Amino acid sequence: MNKIIEKTYFSDKVVKLVVENPLIAKSRKPGNFVILRIGEDGERFPLTIAGADPVRGTITLVVQIMGVSSSKLVALEPGDCITDLVGPLGKPTHIGKIGTVLAAGGGVGVAPLLPIVEAFKKAGNRVVTVIAARNKDLIILEDEIRKWSDEVIVMTDDGSNGRQGLVTAGMEEIIQREKIDECIVIGPAIMMKFASMLTKKYNIPTQASLNSIMVDGTGMCGACRVTVGGKTKFTCVDGPEFDAHQVNFDEMLMRLGGYLQEEKRATEIYLQKL
Amino acid sequence: MSLNPEYLKEERNQAWRAELRSKTKNKERTQIERVKMPELAPMIRVKYQDREVNMGLELDQALKEATRCMDCVNPTCIEGCPVSINIPKFIKYIEKGDILLAAATLKETNALPAVCGRVCPQEKQCESKCFYVDKLDKPSVAIGHLERFAADYERNSGAANIPEKASPNGIKVAAVGSGPASLAFAGDMVKYGYDVTVFEALHEIGGVLKYGIPEFRLPNSVVDFELENLRKMGVKFETNYIVGRTSSFEDLREEGYQGFFIASGAGLPRFMDIPGENSNGILSSNEYLTRVNLMGAAMDDKDTPVLKGKYVAVIGGGNTAMDSVRTALRLGASRAMIIYRRSEAEMPARIEEVKHAKEEGVEFMTLCNPLEYFADEKGRVSGMRLNRMGLGEPDSSGRRRPMPIEGSEFELDVDLVVVAVGVSPNPLVPSCLPDLKVTKWGTIVVDEDKMQSSISEMFAGGDIVRGGATVILAMGDGRRAAENMHNYLQSKSNN
Ligand SMILES: Cc1cc2nc3c(=O)[nH]c(=O)nc-3n(C[C@H](O)[C@H](O)[C@H](O)COP(=O)(O)OP(=O)(O)OC[C@H]3O[C@@H](n4cnc5c(N)ncnc54)[C@H](O)[C@@H]3O)c2cc1C
Ligand SMILES: Cc1cc2nc3c(=O)[nH]c(=O)nc-3n(C[C@H](O)[C@H](O)[C@H](O)COP(=O)(O)OP(=O)(O)OC[C@H]3O[C@@H](n4cnc5c(N)ncnc54)[C@H](O)[C@@H]3O)c2cc1C
Ligand code: SF4
Ligand code: FES
Repeated sequence: MNKIIEKTYFSDKVVKLVVENPLIAKSRKPGNFVILRIGEDGERFPLTIAGADPVRGTITLVVQIMGVSSSKLVALEPGDCITDLVGPLGKPTHIGKIGTVLAAGGGVGVAPLLPIVEAFKKAGNRVVTVIAARNKDLIILEDEIRKWSDEVIVMTDDGSNGRQGLVTAGMEEIIQREKIDECIVIGPAIMMKFASMLTKKYNIPTQASLNSIMVDGTGMCGACRVTVGGKTKFTCVDGPEFDAHQVNFDEMLMRLGGYLQEEKRATEIYLQKL
Repeated sequence: MSLNPEYLKEERNQAWRAELRSKTKNKERTQIERVKMPELAPMIRVKYQDREVNMGLELDQALKEATRCMDCVNPTCIEGCPVSINIPKFIKYIEKGDILLAAATLKETNALPAVCGRVCPQEKQCESKCFYVDKLDKPSVAIGHLERFAADYERNSGAANIPEKASPNGIKVAAVGSGPASLAFAGDMVKYGYDVTVFEALHEIGGVLKYGIPEFRLPNSVVDFELENLRKMGVKFETNYIVGRTSSFEDLREEGYQGFFIASGAGLPRFMDIPGENSNGILSSNEYLTRVNLMGAAMDDKDTPVLKGKYVAVIGGGNTAMDSVRTALRLGASRAMIIYRRSEAEMPARIEEVKHAKEEGVEFMTLCNPLEYFADEKGRVSGMRLNRMGLGEPDSSGRRRPMPIEGSEFELDVDLVVVAVGVSPNPLVPSCLPDLKVTKWGTIVVDEDKMQSSISEMFAGGDIVRGGATVILAMGDGRRAAENMHNYLQSKSNN
């Protein structure tokens, strides 16, 4: 169970893992995530299911190295097993035939975006995708995204791949060019905040997939709470996708920093041990 | 559940019990003072999250305490026990020195006596109905301490035997969740011969016993011992498995499961919805206790972090609040405060926990209610505003209703707040089963005698049926569900 079958480096910080788990491979839907724990001392942390092969009984995860937990995961090699893996969690994305969908992914957020782009395309929508990252090494899954998009715009902060600029510049260009019926944004909280402000200006319904801090992922602790439309919601069970225009991104950004000191310390200790 | 009076009488009339009664006069028995549980000194225990406060009775203490019990003709204590343990019988076995038989008596009706002896609110149950309290105005027989003594004695003796099992009948049944309700259910079903699998969403078995109740009150080793026994009896455990998500009930039916016991608990924390409550450093008791108990966050070699506070406020007056505030002390708080809107008399926590908390230096700010939290520039909670409360007329719970006192507002410096104001039923299972009847609070509707839900092969019990309740009630539900599911599946296969 939970054996790593394949491991591919997209860059030195971003890794794709194909993991054996037939039950999750069968039951997951686009937008779902899993919670993992590496080793008996590990913490529980969430990753989106970027894809699944129910026949092989595998799921695909794409992880960016951030701190201790993501480093421990990336240190595993094919043949190793993930100690604990539970899912699928969260509400799946609501997929329908709505017309033209604008999908925007920032950094590692492109991984969770991929199954959603695929599902919207398969449901008969026109899909335009903007993928963005700091530089060309951090642009991931470009070919896979192209396969399921009618058009793709690549944006990098330094112009090393595609165009230079932020994700919002690419989005605005499309919005001004054609009628967009719905928008999906996944990426760092700050990117989602600005993308959401943009689509609000144009009155385009927008879903954002939030990456709050989580513990159990089953609604039991409230670590993942966010304010949506003035009400407190739990990202793991009420989300992770919410109406972006209702999300209080400033509070979310503040809460993401809630364990910064502890995380920093843990990373230092971890690096020392290596 | 109640014991048949004829049966109780018959047991009481057995020669060995008559002999014990004639050996010591009741007058002598009532002269003995109630035993004091040996405890780790407060100064020492506040340094350890994992050292049990109550150290357990010594053999001579237990024998003496057992002698206090008068083996009443009409043992009213049993009426106070939710699972009708034959209390005088087990206590008299202790007096006689047959501790293993005392433990066996407990296990006739209580699947987890070592747990219940530690966490049951005895002062509201059996002990409140004891003749000593009722008629003599003296402290009751220490039934809870004796229960724990007998169960621990059996565990430590290595003589704990695996109960006899019926021959396997090949019928697969599933328990959803692994708290006390499911463990009791699984133990009985495996004895009846079923092929039992317990499914648990988390990576550890035990439900609240593991993630909620701290080790200083209930050591994990006590729970693990019971789990090991269940394993030896053939119960299978699947962790990281969310029934309704990882697989659907339909999938499990296709795999051959014929009966389901749903004991998914009341895991969802409530917040108060007051301004500033989403600041960093304000967390639910579930989050706080899960980080510390399940994830070991207080230990250096564990990756999970936990925020530490100097000035910690815990909102609430139940066991969860006591566990949280005492955990905060153990993690180094210089001020650990309970903030409760009613008075101490209304606190739902076990009396012993309140006593222990006070000894350890917890401050009790009763008749106070939070109104708002303030945060520093980084978003971390730095203070709170409260008001004082008075008590009005009794409300629907029979407790006097707390009412804000005008003009009584005040502020308090805090850097960590733990909200322990109750939990709601876990909605996951009901949301997967449109035909399952639930109440407006989200608890599953069952036939009270049978614990059977509106879907006939699904039984339910514990907190998902009762809202936040107790370990012993959850366990009693599990046993009743097992008995009735057994009858149901037998009558189905006979038709
Ligand atoms: C529903 C959901 C889906 C996710 N999907 C993916 C995914 O597919 N791929 C992926 O790489 N990551 C994903 N994440 C984020 C991932 O869970 C975190 O990056 C991871 O927990 C970091 O753990 P760490 O111990 O490696 O780093 P830590 O030491 O915990 O953190 C290091 C740094 O990362 C920041 N950080 C911590 N947690 C988060 C978070 N949840 N979101 C953003 N920044 C955070 C911290 O502020 C800190 O600066 C997802 C998060 C959620 C909630
Ligand atoms: C901190 C704390 C202290 C307490 N102290 C006391 C005390 O001193 N005395 C006392 O009598 N009671 C106490 N209680 C209450 C008592 O623990 C509960 O009443 C009891 O545990 C309920 O048991 P249960 O079997 O219904 O569920 P739980 O113990 O809540 O277990 C339910 C389990 O089901 C799992 N689950 C949920 N959904 C699914 C699913 N779909 N698939 C698989 N698994 C699932 C959950 O992860 C959980 O582990 C306390 C509670 C808390 C939180
Ligand atoms: S009521 Fe008290 S004294 Fe009487 S049998 Fe029960 S425990 Fe013993
Ligand atoms: S992660 Fe615990 S409630 Fe969402």
